Amino acid sequence: MSAADLNLLQRPNDRLRRRRLVNLGMEVLAWLAAAIAVAILGIVVWSVAKKGAGALNLDLFTKSQANASLFGGPVRQGLANAFVGTLIVVGLATLMALPFGILIAIYVNEFAPRAIKSLVGLTLDVLAGVPAIVIGIFVFSLIVVAHGQSAYAGGFALAVIMLPFVARATIEVLALVPNSLREAALGVGAPRWRVTLGVVLPQTIGGVLTGATLAVARVAGETAPLLYTCSLVAQGTHWNPSQPLQTIPVAIFELSESASTDDQALAWAGALVLILFILFASLGARWLATRSRRKMLGAVR
Amino acid sequence: MSSTIEAAVRVETKRQPLPPRERLEQVFDVQDLTAIYGSKAALKDVSMEVYKNLVTAVIGPSGCGKSTFIRCLNRMNDLVPSFRQTGTIRYHGQDIGARDVDPVAVRRTIGMVFQRPNPFPKSIYDNVAWGLKVLGMKDDLSERVERALTQAALWDEVRDRLKASALGLSGGQQQRLCIARAIAVEPDVVLMDEPASALDPIATQKIEQLLHELKQEYTFVIVTHNMQQAARVADMTAFFSISRGEEGERWGELIEYDETEKIFTAPSDKRTEDYVTGRFG
Amino acid sequence: MTSLDVSADAARRPFSGRRGRLGDLLLQGAAGIAALGALVLVGLIAWKVIQGARLSISTFGLSFVWNTTWDQVHNVFGAGAFLYGTAVTSFGALILATPIALGIAIFLTELAPRWVRGPVTALVETLAAIPSVVIGLWGILVLGPALRDHVNPVLHSVLGFIPLFGPPGTYGSNVFTAIVVLTIMILPIIASISRELFLSVPAELKEGALGLGTTRWEMIRGVVFPYSRGGVAAAVILGFGRAIGEAIAVAQVIGAFTGISINLFHPGNTAGGQIALNAQGASSGLETSSLIYLALILLVFSIVVNLLAQFIVRRSARRLWTAT
Repeated sequence: MSAADLNLLQRPNDRLRRRRLVNLGMEVLAWLAAAIAVAILGIVVWSVAKKGAGALNLDLFTKSQANASLFGGPVRQGLANAFVGTLIVVGLATLMALPFGILIAIYVNEFAPRAIKSLVGLTLDVLAGVPAIVIGIFVFSLIVVAHGQSAYAGGFALAVIMLPFVARATIEVLALVPNSLREAALGVGAPRWRVTLGVVLPQTIGGVLTGATLAVARVAGETAPLLYTCSLVAQGTHWNPSQPLQTIPVAIFELSESASTDDQALAWAGALVLILFILFASLGARWLATRSRRKMLGAVR
Repeated sequence: MSSTIEAAVRVETKRQPLPPRERLEQVFDVQDLTAIYGSKAALKDVSMEVYKNLVTAVIGPSGCGKSTFIRCLNRMNDLVPSFRQTGTIRYHGQDIGARDVDPVAVRRTIGMVFQRPNPFPKSIYDNVAWGLKVLGMKDDLSERVERALTQAALWDEVRDRLKASALGLSGGQQQRLCIARAIAVEPDVVLMDEPASALDPIATQKIEQLLHELKQEYTFVIVTHNMQQAARVADMTAFFSISRGEEGERWGELIEYDETEKIFTAPSDKRTEDYVTGRFG
Repeated sequence: MTSLDVSADAARRPFSGRRGRLGDLLLQGAAGIAALGALVLVGLIAWKVIQGARLSISTFGLSFVWNTTWDQVHNVFGAGAFLYGTAVTSFGALILATPIALGIAIFLTELAPRWVRGPVTALVETLAAIPSVVIGLWGILVLGPALRDHVNPVLHSVLGFIPLFGPPGTYGSNVFTAIVVLTIMILPIIASISRELFLSVPAELKEGALGLGTTRWEMIRGVVFPYSRGGVAAAVILGFGRAIGEAIAVAQVIGAFTGISINLFHPGNTAGGQIALNAQGASSGLETSSLIYLALILLVFSIVVNLLAQFIVRRSARRLWTAT
């Protein structure tokens, strides 16, 4: 390099200037992209909050929809039946998915040879990738065709969606339990099943609950699986799980297509409550996760 | 004094004695450099010069700020968010910390080779060619690549597998590739942060040999924790050490800077003597 | 890690005996059955969907895939229009979402000040948590009208020479709105996977590039992108899979039109959308079976997409670390 080139430090030539400009342009674009994401989230949340809050009242939780827009008469009422129905359907789904998912995780982590482990892992991934609407069709074909729609069918569809989440989360937490714990318990003379259920599993309760809560937050908003399994609902508030029950997501879906502003207001209100529920469930899951992690770290000696 | 160092220095006394310092061309002129990470000073008040076409070694115990020091010379520390520095570093008379100086331009003329070989996950050819392409040195690309690889004493070993992945080379070869990559873009100075510490003795020897040959074209500043290495390759040696404050803070300081032979045979400062004779560090 | 040698222990243990062994067997049995159940479940899904579609498959065969009529009166059904809609909306969403998602990932890993990274990451993940029915609701009532009034006419006047951007029409519900909605939905997936990939690029690799005197963008383009190429491809494919499977939000905003129209501002429909919109009772067994045939096509595509993404991840990981 000649001495003249050394002055490169202070006289940027054209090429360097162009490269710096390109760099700046790209940085601006990246900032823009992030701004877009934040803006979209803000707009959606703000829309839901503003329009939903306006429709929040006690009626929302105590009265049910009537097909009033068809027959005239009082139009906007409430979503009580949908809240009840969602609780029942999601509750059923959790009851079905949780034990199933935990057992799968126990098998994968405590008993399975490596080949089976990856096979089951692959299966869970494939399961997680099946579109929710197809799961709904599956349950339709499996149960509804023969027995009609019901909250059981809807709950089962949601359970199929929850399963991979619960199983994977439990696998991860089980893997975190140190082997020394298992060996210590086995060394005392306890049989395998006692060790797993009595020593290992209790260590993971926090993580399992976290996984379950996140899965619940996820399926609480799922509409597609319920359309073919639990959507042809009768008027009024019902509790019978062998009948199809109204659910919040399906209610929002139906109301969103309506031209009536009252229906739309009800939809916004339902959406607001749904988002708040999901938000609290996710935050709760995160709190559970940090708490259980602290306990696990404390338990390891 | 340790006999191995004596031997090393004796071997190297076949090198020419340096002209008096006033006649040497200055590449760097560091004045009162203080480097701070967050709230802790890593270096305080370092002042020294680096001379053209010499190998300058920076030695000292762990934690004395050697790496911090050379990373200041090419503004690599800018990448650390909590870093601040005071004092000036002049490169051929220009303050490289000045506001209108682009660190990108600084790093172009002051290159760096790192402690662990870090070739890109590209082919051997592309590792060298990529920098050239980006910096606009695309003319005679293949010749430039060959020249850089030859200078790094790697050409013969890779000439028939230039398209193979660089990750398939041995550690020593990868480090020479990194050297080739650095010198391909024709820097003025090459900074080396313990370039051979992750390598076996034979690979190390090859790299030290490179320094001998290449210093005619480039100026080298090399950080090393291996005193024998410094004695073997360096013309000038700077000894840094850790100073302690009243409340237990520690920071690095330049203790002594002189011709290598003098540092190892007749150091002026007692701390230098303690270090090179192995009494501590 | 899991197969501990229990038999040696059994010899030493004086008191576990039969009850212990029974308990072990029960637990292992139950857990094994559960794992087997998962495998069976996947098979069952495939079987039951095929079974439900059988009537339609035997009636229409493969021509179902390209036939574009959906006629309840004459009992002729074909998936063509919907598969076209699925393709257009999914690819459109992919084209819009990928650069934005990569931009977000670069922002979060290279450019953002430290204190911004956590919150923005959380915000992007929150976007993923919003249920599709809520996005669809917002799409119909807010986004659709806004696009119709302010964006579509502008796009038409500027880009109208391309048939894609034909006359905007008076409907807020159209293919373009569906594309925007899908973009919003797949953005977080691609962004968060890409972000993790970019974070995993070793700092020394990046320093090696910067040490040569390259700008940050040049370093990203030359080192970060190539290093994470496989993972980003997988992320994009996963996003694509999500897009083709989305039924609800699309059904709400796409306008439920059966037919093929090049004009993006015209209503249309997708496979998922058609299935969702006809849940309230199809007119005949054949129509129901045809809806299930549609679901079968979606199932096949989603499994292929999923496996493809996994294969790419595995192949790129292997390539990175061995000499080629």
